[in-house]
Amino acid sequence: MHSVLGDRRSVAILLGPALLVYSLVMLVPMLWSLGYTFFTGSVITGFTWAGGANFSRLLEDPALPEALWFTVEYALVITAGQVVVGYLLALLYVFFLRRAGSIVRTLVFFPVILPTVAVALLFQKFFEYAPQTGPVNAMIEAFGGSGVDWFATPGNAFLVVALMDIWRSMGFYAVLLYAGLLDIPDEMMEAAAIDGAGTWRLIRSIVVPLSLPVLVSSLVFSINGTLKAFDSIYALTGGGPGSATTPLTLYMYQTSFAYGDYGYGSTIALTLTVLCLLVTVFIFRGTRRDTGLG
Amino acid sequence: MASITRVAAALSALALVVSTSACGGSEEDSTSAKSFTFLAINENTTVPTTLTTLSQKECATQNTAQPLEIKKQAQAGLDQQLQLLAGQGALPQTFTAANAPSLTKQLAGNGSVLDTATAAPGVLAAASSSIKSLYDGQQLVLPTELNIEGIWYNKKLLADNGIATPPATWDDLVAAFAKLQAAGVQPISQAGKGGDGWGVTRWVGNYILRQQGPEALKKVADGQAKLTDPQYVAAADAIANLGKAGYFGKSPTSIDYATALSTFLSGKAAFIYMGSWALSDFNDETKNKIGADNIGFLKFPTVAGGAGTADQMPANVGVAVAVSKKAYEGDKNTQAWVNCIVENYGTVALRDSNQITGFATDGSVQVPPLTKQIQDEISKVRTSVLWFEGHFSAKATTVSQSNGGLLAAGQLTGEKFMQTVSANLS
Repeated sequence: MHSVLGDRRSVAILLGPALLVYSLVMLVPMLWSLGYTFFTGSVITGFTWAGGANFSRLLEDPALPEALWFTVEYALVITAGQVVVGYLLALLYVFFLRRAGSIVRTLVFFPVILPTVAVALLFQKFFEYAPQTGPVNAMIEAFGGSGVDWFATPGNAFLVVALMDIWRSMGFYAVLLYAGLLDIPDEMMEAAAIDGAGTWRLIRSIVVPLSLPVLVSSLVFSINGTLKAFDSIYALTGGGPGSATTPLTLYMYQTSFAYGDYGYGSTIALTLTVLCLLVTVFIFRGTRRDTGLG
Repeated sequence: MASITRVAAALSALALVVSTSACGGSEEDSTSAKSFTFLAINENTTVPTTLTTLSQKECATQNTAQPLEIKKQAQAGLDQQLQLLAGQGALPQTFTAANAPSLTKQLAGNGSVLDTATAAPGVLAAASSSIKSLYDGQQLVLPTELNIEGIWYNKKLLADNGIATPPATWDDLVAAFAKLQAAGVQPISQAGKGGDGWGVTRWVGNYILRQQGPEALKKVADGQAKLTDPQYVAAADAIANLGKAGYFGKSPTSIDYATALSTFLSGKAAFIYMGSWALSDFNDETKNKIGADNIGFLKFPTVAGGAGTADQMPANVGVAVAVSKKAYEGDKNTQAWVNCIVENYGTVALRDSNQITGFATDGSVQVPPLTKQIQDEISKVRTSVLWFEGHFSAKATTVSQSNGGLLAAGQLTGEKFMQTVSANLS
């Protein structure tokens, strides 16, 4: 094996095609987009050199802090929700549902494979207020409350978005964390049980510390996925009411493609990239010691 | 070493193939295109239907030389698609003109869109002037619609609730709303979901024009006034107040265009602001449950002490068709097709779809009374005015229309609305 990988020719043959495709479809557009940040205009009007104008515009744009804040808020809430609910489900699979686990796992995993747009339409109908009354509002009204116009206020719209995205992805994180929990040796659990540890104590002192590496991986997965969220929000609220649920991704898309401002759109994309990078570095720095132990 | 060079040569050859095949789409046929392509929008069926009818009868010869091909696109993504196609030099011969007039002007500046003044001399004067006021004196589109806009009302609902004459002033109109609301009738049906909020911002725009005269929105475009000036904010507040009073019904932010129209056409709301393109729906018995003769048309009323008058009519060419300059020039078959459209579209659209267009029509076409009434109104228009976003950029248009619903829901003050739109105007 060493002799194959030590041969430059084989390395070139093995890596070359993949590197070429990767460069063409990933690196070139990325660098291209980076280049756009210094230009203004569109494919129709042509591009003119703008220097740092796009970057100074970032600082003055009132919509940017709004979108940035929503992105961060969304990422934090959804990540916490996905990982916590996923972890609870994984614990449920391991400790309480050893026999019937596979059926429950399949059912909980099901929304993961549903198309996002279909799920969004489902939730739109669920939480509908007008012209028809959706099941959620019908239930509220049946219990004597008055219906809520879920998509009309920023807070309520956010709640529905969060609920939908957690429901949609909790099955995936549950399976991921379940795999991690299965790696914990049974002997260790038995030993702890013999030593008199109850369920809660087992979870706190054995399960959580030993599953920390996979928990951290889930966090990194989740936060980077949620920072880049686009499809579910676009399909559910379209960024509304007004622009209250518009994340950076959607703002970038609108700026570049709907408003034809490629330069500023690329600058927003760069902001998002920097944000993702910072968050990833922050998580890895913060947990390096623990993952090293795992 | 030689084999490394061979591998490298093979890889660079592959790279060349991949990169050149990506650009292959821009190859031009210098003689004549194989088909006559039109890019339609899903939301409008009249243009593709009329073109198809033309291809089978009036323009059958042209269709043999260059068969009609219709492609479809959602209206919300139209501007994006046009930018993409224009960037690749791949615009079809004819396409639905961009939602934002500023984009069509950009395309014309780029040499992509034909000034149809010479290609279509038969366009009615009213349509031509509407188009020219929109596109800085150029006739960049074919007027496949010629609309006036105003407030349509359900005659029976008004009569049943003691409103004998249709309100002619803003105060009378608001009084009528209050009366209807008290009687449990939804006063206005208007969409406010996402981009469909244009129906609400039309109220704002027209109020401004009635209060300050027909030049008020042009002044904003020219930088002589700001939307955040008190008199503009007052107009938005007037509409926000209607929203706060609940006159737009339950949750206007959840209502889309089709729902708003069907609410009115099923007799559940008394008024709707709409353009005359909806005549085909009004005259369609399967959609209109209240009867075409039960619908009245009201010019947007005057505002007390205002400088504007009710006969300054909001008029536009709605869903219009633009022609690709590159495809038109040098292709005799495309030119023949466009000529045939200019000559026959008006008659066929009026006869089959009750659509009033900016083309001359054959006088023998029989139309329903409501259509006739609107035709008369159109012929009487002396001063036409643009809609609220007529002079806006694509961005400001989107922001304005997606915030319209919140205004109608009473969740935004006029001031906040105008600030939001104004911040995106540049």
